Amino acid sequence: MKYTEEHEWLRVEDDLVVVGITAHASEQLGDVVFVELPEVPMTVTKDDEIVVIESVKAASDILAPLDGEIVEVNSPLADEPGKVNDDPTGDAWFFKMKIEDLSVLDELLDEADYNKFIA
Amino acid sequence: MPDLNRTPLFDLHIELGAKMVPFAGYELPVQYPLGVMKEHLHTRSAAGLFDVSHMGQVVVWPKSGKYEDAALALESLVPVNVLGLGEKRQRYAMFTNEAGGIEDDLMLANMGDHIFVVVNAACKEADIARMQTHLGESCRIEVLQYRALLALQGPAAEAALALLAPSVAEMAFMDVAEMTIAGAECVVSRSGYTGEDGYEISVANSNAVDLARALLAHPDVEPIGLGARDSLRLEAGLCLYGNDIDATTSPIEAALTWAIQKARRAGGDREGGFPGADRILDEMANGASRRRVGLLPEGRAPMREGTRIFVEGSDTPVGIVTSGAFGPTVERPVSMGYVETSHAEVGTVLLGEVRGKLLPVTVAEMPFRPAQFKR
Repeated sequence: MKYTEEHEWLRVEDDLVVVGITAHASEQLGDVVFVELPEVPMTVTKDDEIVVIESVKAASDILAPLDGEIVEVNSPLADEPGKVNDDPTGDAWFFKMKIEDLSVLDELLDEADYNKFIA
Repeated sequence: MPDLNRTPLFDLHIELGAKMVPFAGYELPVQYPLGVMKEHLHTRSAAGLFDVSHMGQVVVWPKSGKYEDAALALESLVPVNVLGLGEKRQRYAMFTNEAGGIEDDLMLANMGDHIFVVVNAACKEADIARMQTHLGESCRIEVLQYRALLALQGPAAEAALALLAPSVAEMAFMDVAEMTIAGAECVVSRSGYTGEDGYEISVANSNAVDLARALLAHPDVEPIGLGARDSLRLEAGLCLYGNDIDATTSPIEAALTWAIQKARRAGGDREGGFPGADRILDEMANGASRRRVGLLPEGRAPMREGTRIFVEGSDTPVGIVTSGAFGPTVERPVSMGYVETSHAEVGTVLLGEVRGKLLPVTVAEMPFRPAQFKR
């Protein structure tokens, strides 16, 4: 698993990059009550705002971690936003991306780096 | 957090694992480990303990010793019937200004030989100055700086507090009583800010921690932070000063006409005689141009404070959301705000602008969840 400083995790599955938010981020957000996912497919540039999530406290954006194409979103999350708190790194992934060169993931934070970043 | 005040329960909040935030000049718990959503639901299903010691507690002492004199003096600042308030009864009120706006909202109680007043933390300095200036001739204003205020709210509040003070079970909504609880002299009112049955307890700072611990020892009682306090009062349709009412909103616009008793209205025994009476009585007779209403967004996206409200086909806003969030008990987003009176009828479908998109929102009755008071 790889991480960004925007508190996203990225995992490669069947040549696609699966993206969600970290347990740390979900704790900081508090109870999530709303998730808005984009229409797919959607071509994105790194740092584009892709997903809106609202917690009991405030609204936040999930940004595209890389350039690429969003090919799939986790539609059930819109009806069960609480999953983002219950299982942020499993069931509550947000979207899957197709990217040209998977080796760009090597430049992201690994788990030790991320833990140091949030410490 | 430098320059912030702390309540006597500060160390207890830390011990309970609270996340502390600055609020109205105080460092207060926004949530405990339970989290905002569960704290909200727990208050509705059992009981929640809130530290509201940041609020201002003030006593108005009539120099004559007669309640009537203090009541009539205070009536010069509020559009409510203070004189006719029964002994040991509490009433909601607001300080109005010359323009008919609201300077603060408050609770006042007839304590026989004095009036007990509770005001908002952010406004308390101004409120105290206002009372000293306008009531100083006939009354002495005593600020209770060394008293804490705890709120115990929810369906289990009566049973939990009655274990320590059995007589609270006999109190009705808005009754006030002086009593000893766990060895401490307290002033208890059966009221609150959640739409639930419950109590607010004024207690000396030196006894506050012991009382809070005694209440928290009950298995039904959990500590509740400001986050849930806000969503609870929003579901209950209650105004937050600074958001839903302020110096520019009149009590009529704010749909608080119910708080102005007959004695102070046109044709009443003591008609007018409060700041802004001209505008307020005129709006009562002829209507106001905008009104505070409940707003139910369609779908799950909350419409928060500042969301502009439109009618189909026009790009001039007809209203604005002043409070909005997800309501954990009603399980949907809820908002309140001001809309032009011509669009304020319950059932009217309007559009709220959320992240550039216009989403349907319906004018609705408040409270969003019926009040559970013990009348």
